[in-house]
Amino acid sequence: MNRSPYISEAPSVSAIMFKVLLALVPGVIAYVWVFGGGVLVTIGLATATALAAEAVMLKIRHRPIQPFLMDFSAVVTAWLLALAIPPLAPWWLIVVGTLFAIVFAKQIYGGLGYNPFNPAMIGYAVLLISFPVLMTKWPAALQLAEFKLSFTDQLHYIFGGLLPQDVKIDAVTSATPLDYLKTQLTLKHDVASITQAPVFGALGGKGGEYVTGAYLLGGLYLWQQKIISWHLPAAFLGALTLISGVFWVINSAHFASPLLHLFSGASMLAAFFIITDPVSGPTTPKGKLYFAAGVGIITYLIRVYGGYPDGVAFAVIFMNICVPLIDAHTQPRVFGHEK
Amino acid sequence: MNALVNFAKVFRFHGGVHPPENKAQSTQLPIGQLPLPAKLVLPLRQHVGNIPKVTVNVGDHVLKGQLIAEAEGTVSAAIHAPTSGTVTAIEDAIIPHPSGLPDHCITITPDGKDTWVERKPIDWRNTECKTLVASLRLSGIVGLGGATFPTHIKFRVGCKSGVHTLVINAAECEPYITCDDMLMRERAQQIVKGMAIAQYLLGAEKVIVGIEDNKPEAAAAMQAATAGTGIQVAIVPTLYPSGDARRLVHLVLGTEIPHDKRATEVGIQVFNVATVLALHRYFDFGEPSLSRIVSMTGSVQRPQNFEVLFGTPLTELVAAAGGAKPETTHYIMGGPMMGFDLPSNDVPITKAANCIIAASPNLFAPPPPAMPCIRCARCADACPVNLQPQDLYWFAKADNFEKARDYKLFDCIECGACSYVCPSNIPLVQYYRYAKSEIIAADKAKEAADIARERNDFRLARIEREKMERAAKHAERAQGVKSENVKIVPESDALGANTHAGAEQALATNEDAAKAAKQAAIAAAIERAKAAKAAAVGGDAPKNVSDAPPSVKAEIAEIDARRAAMNLAEKSAADEEKQAKIAAAIARAKAAKAAAEAAKDPEKST
Repeated sequence: MNRSPYISEAPSVSAIMFKVLLALVPGVIAYVWVFGGGVLVTIGLATATALAAEAVMLKIRHRPIQPFLMDFSAVVTAWLLALAIPPLAPWWLIVVGTLFAIVFAKQIYGGLGYNPFNPAMIGYAVLLISFPVLMTKWPAALQLAEFKLSFTDQLHYIFGGLLPQDVKIDAVTSATPLDYLKTQLTLKHDVASITQAPVFGALGGKGGEYVTGAYLLGGLYLWQQKIISWHLPAAFLGALTLISGVFWVINSAHFASPLLHLFSGASMLAAFFIITDPVSGPTTPKGKLYFAAGVGIITYLIRVYGGYPDGVAFAVIFMNICVPLIDAHTQPRVFGHEK
Repeated sequence: MNALVNFAKVFRFHGGVHPPENKAQSTQLPIGQLPLPAKLVLPLRQHVGNIPKVTVNVGDHVLKGQLIAEAEGTVSAAIHAPTSGTVTAIEDAIIPHPSGLPDHCITITPDGKDTWVERKPIDWRNTECKTLVASLRLSGIVGLGGATFPTHIKFRVGCKSGVHTLVINAAECEPYITCDDMLMRERAQQIVKGMAIAQYLLGAEKVIVGIEDNKPEAAAAMQAATAGTGIQVAIVPTLYPSGDARRLVHLVLGTEIPHDKRATEVGIQVFNVATVLALHRYFDFGEPSLSRIVSMTGSVQRPQNFEVLFGTPLTELVAAAGGAKPETTHYIMGGPMMGFDLPSNDVPITKAANCIIAASPNLFAPPPPAMPCIRCARCADACPVNLQPQDLYWFAKADNFEKARDYKLFDCIECGACSYVCPSNIPLVQYYRYAKSEIIAADKAKEAADIARERNDFRLARIEREKMERAAKHAERAQGVKSENVKIVPESDALGANTHAGAEQALATNEDAAKAAKQAAIAAAIERAKAAKAAAVGGDAPKNVSDAPPSVKAEIAEIDARRAAMNLAEKSAADEEKQAKIAAAIARAKAAKAAAEAAKDPEKST
């Protein structure tokens, strides 16, 4: 029988997913440091929900449970979604989002390897559309908040919606930099004066920029480990820089600098962790460039002209739709063939 | 002298992998010799092409080097007695082939004397090229790198072949295999002599040897042996599959051989080192191909290379390497990337056997169950042909063969680099082998259907012709009533003959039209010209038509035109329908096979 090759050097799917989780750890640590430990609760809830939903769905679909739970792909989805939604949202929000991501965006399509859309982004989009108020209620960075919630306070709030006595919700939440920018621009303020607000830091949002920087670090680790190729982050960040740069050069009073766009919102998380989902992304090197550049440009357009402060989720979902087309039209030249 | 050692620039190819080499184990000892085995079993199928015709009978006494089976047809190779002895059987036996099926073999029981047949060295420098190439057909030499393509075919074009560059493949990129390495270390001078012969036979201006940089001893030996000869030794980086002919040509020359052309069409010919050495033994000593170097490695006590007579039972080789270690489960022929499980421990060593690996679970752990493809495209990064293995897998799995063909499935060299890097442990190459065999089978089925249709067309034409003959007879009778009685017979004869000729013409024209229609359909469907068939039909020239009365001629022409038009329309419709039917039939027939394949995928199990 011909069953060669007999040898293999590939890391398993589990090992790949595990490294992705590992690469997220610096970002999570920065997150906790800036916004408090509440996010750990969200991550825990998301992970538990994802694993449970995955197990139930595998059971219903008569698929072996153990190998697919151990591939950690559901956990990666859970973490990404948990990091994308406001950490002080009520507990059921992340549960609903995760359930949707795993059950509808992943398992119904056939589970690992068959989902045409990024599950975490589908979960995010569903929550954003269904619960817009909750999804835009972000906590202020602890250093900026009028009242610093302790971990226990955050737990109480997540599970019971209760704040410590005499503390108003406005004292612990704040607009995100992109949100703030958007509302202030509609009030005809210019970018230079808007970014003087305390919510802005040196690069992006105060505090948030550290989290973003930590994602960048984790992303570079993934690239160094050959888990992701350079094409996706480079094209995404490049396109985002380019388009925001062009607008900024034309009218810097109305359009924020590329740096702000790179270090605010979900830019870095998207560049290294979200658009790098292999299943729902393109496979050809050239296709990766187009895909990521598309996400970058659409993200920018949604941020500037769309109805939402950030646009990564919709940009990713839109470009996911284009993947078969992109792949078909970016086939590399095969050895010995003319183009 | 070093100035003559020309280090050529290396042109990297896309992808490639670097599996653990595991070559050191079998290069500790020099090439060993085996004692004469008790019996030699020579499969007739040791090469690519037609099986040769047996020229001996059971009971015949043969001498060492005596022809026992001669090449039959163009692509075929002769087989010789590896030692003197008696032909004791000509029957089916298990041969080293992935199918594990028995095939025709000649068994020789050695007499122990090892008596040579009369050897006739050839003064090749002073012999006409045609004679040399014709003689080579008797040598039994085939490509010893593992492809086993009869070597004389590679020279068929003669000394003025248009080949300007001879590339000697000494890359030996597969792990474990060291037979070429050891051959170069020990017999570099002989190899260089063989290269001179190959160069002369091809009329090549340039000779370049490609060696991977993990064989410094062999490279040094070759550099020393080629010093002053003008032959270049190119050291290429160790990167599997650099030993694939097209990859090696690209590495050392930068030439990308077009996918639809042979190397010779771009003026390049590739030979393995062992093959050119065999040329030297044949022309300079009159020795046909009787043995080869085999790496006996893996889970044996003393891994080593041996010079092994063809037909030697594997058990003898294993014994010579100190025997198998207790954990040995089975044997693999070839390397761990492209080799296959031998069906038995008792198969004979053949011309293709460059390496035998005693396998154990320690060496080759059974692969974990396959997971779904996550489209990570590591396989695409590893593919030396720059294919998109993940897409090919998808198409093969879905039996979407046309799409697989579009995505250049047939450019896949089955090197296994994709499977090697797959995190989901998908046996990708098996899917490609499956898809290729299914497509080839479908093509054959289609060809058979074409022939059947052709027969049917002929039948229809015959029925039409008979109808016309009857019509002609009626007409003749009607005419006969009016004309004189005496003239009836000759006139009817003449008219009958004429009408017959006309019908024949109609048939011929009809057939031509049918051919044209069919050819168009085929060209569109499978993009493969069938010029030969068309040529075969073109020969039917209409006879005797000038004698036909104008009315008959006109009628014939009209019928012809109508029928041709009808035929064209029918043809394309029938073609489409038939193709759909064939596709459906194939899909059904293969359901079981697909299921078995899919069973490896936990996605579908339980």
